[in-house]
Amino acid sequence: MNVPTILGICAAGLIGLGLFSLIVEPQPLRKILAFNVLGNGVFLFFGVVARRGAAVGLFGDPIPQALVITGIVVGFSATALAVALLLRLFDETGSTSLGDDAQKESKSERADS
Amino acid sequence: MSIAVALNILTIVAVSGGAFFFLAGTVGLLRFPDTLTRLHALTKADNVGLGLIMIGLLPRVAWPFDALKLIVVWVLVLVASAVSSQLIGRKLWRGGDGS
Amino acid sequence: MTIGVGFSIALGLLILAVAVFTIGTRDSFAAVVAFVVYGLLLSLGWMNLYCPDVALTEAAVGGGVTGALLLNACARVRSEKTSDFKKSPRWIGRGMAGLLCLALSSGLVAVVILLPNPAPTLAPEATRSLSATGLGNPVTAVLMAYRALDTMLEKVVLLLALVGVWSLASDRFWGGRATFGHLPEPDRPLIFLTRVLAPVGIIAGIYLFWVGADAPGGAFAGGAILSAIWILVFFAGLSVVPAVGSLGLRIVLSVGIIIFLAAGVAGISMAAGFLAYPAGFAKPIIVVIEVAMTLSIGATLGLLVAGPPGESLKP
Repeated sequence: MNVPTILGICAAGLIGLGLFSLIVEPQPLRKILAFNVLGNGVFLFFGVVARRGAAVGLFGDPIPQALVITGIVVGFSATALAVALLLRLFDETGSTSLGDDAQKESKSERADS
Repeated sequence: MSIAVALNILTIVAVSGGAFFFLAGTVGLLRFPDTLTRLHALTKADNVGLGLIMIGLLPRVAWPFDALKLIVVWVLVLVASAVSSQLIGRKLWRGGDGS
Repeated sequence: MTIGVGFSIALGLLILAVAVFTIGTRDSFAAVVAFVVYGLLLSLGWMNLYCPDVALTEAAVGGGVTGALLLNACARVRSEKTSDFKKSPRWIGRGMAGLLCLALSSGLVAVVILLPNPAPTLAPEATRSLSATGLGNPVTAVLMAYRALDTMLEKVVLLLALVGVWSLASDRFWGGRATFGHLPEPDRPLIFLTRVLAPVGIIAGIYLFWVGADAPGGAFAGGAILSAIWILVFFAGLSVVPAVGSLGLRIVLSVGIIIFLAAGVAGISMAAGFLAYPAGFAKPIIVVIEVAMTLSIGATLGLLVAGPPGESLKP
């Protein structure tokens, strides 16, 4: 029971929590939050692998660390695009719901592109 | 008593004191009735706690550059927390929701 | 059980508790704030795993810039009513999803416990060529030399995301300025903070990028701090968001990729192949690419938070 194993178990828990919320939660903003929780859990998993690869005087294997740095930035850009879509949907329909039951007809008739 | 032992005792006492003040601030955050009083508890207690922890950590780092970096972090956190508590206070003073 | 292990257990439980609160609470604002706390606790976890470069990037991008983005979004959709949503799935749907996630987590826990000992690692290979690149930080060497293609393509992904965000503007606003969604009039303390923090932040960002060659840091952490300062400057009203159609902005955004590509193509003629560095010149080329990258990353991340161009309420 050493440090990487403990944080690896924590990462596994985060992945499960994030996936559960992503499936079950109806609001898109909460889905975006869950997607980020899930992604950070996966990155922490990579970190566990990196720490266990400590050798030749380094404290951790540098390859998974570089993958995670790339992943964090790409994940942020995906979140930014998702949030921009969410806000555009909100501006058009007044609600962020993806179902048909919340379409506001007055706004959908705007002569807008 | 050599200087190293004295510095170790200083570190332990100061960091423990800082941790206690943070705990006190958090208890205030949970127990005080409304936002302005919580703000008061948080900023006072957390700033003292941060100062004590910084004083406790200064003997541990290499002088001068690492210690200067710690002090810069301390000043930045002070400025940022002062400004953010001002902003929250102003919003409440103008009648935002007091939850 | 040593103190280190005890600290890791406490940190792991705290991270899980904050994650449970983030996904379980009904108030969206509280969920976003808890998510920012989650990001900061995660960067503590990264330090516990002895990965300081990742901890810096997570604190700057995952905690800071993502937090700004999500808080902005949460403030704008605050007015909607939760009754608009169809209810979340019935108990049987939630039960099945819960069982799936429980199985997934248990499988991953088993994977963690059964990971091979001794752990396979690429660290020896990474350090073997470190002196040839002239860098002291192996993570930077991986990002800029061994896997430079991944880094370049990641810059392209960032730019594509920005183009995607811009394309969500109405036709009549194309080429205009992004608005962050109608920010309120800035308070005087915020303007004071920005005036104090901006020079310090710019120096900190440039320092982080520069020192990343030999110590933890790098272009991504430095660029994220620069973008955070830029966003703060916009929030304080001390500068106007540049128009989407302006040539200067577009040059700043693409200079990272252009220089990366130029170095890569030059590598075909001067060295072994695409994105190969000629012997002895690796460090200067890497530094030039990193300067361009930090500039582009700072601008792109800031503009991603700003959103698509729209109409401004200010005259």
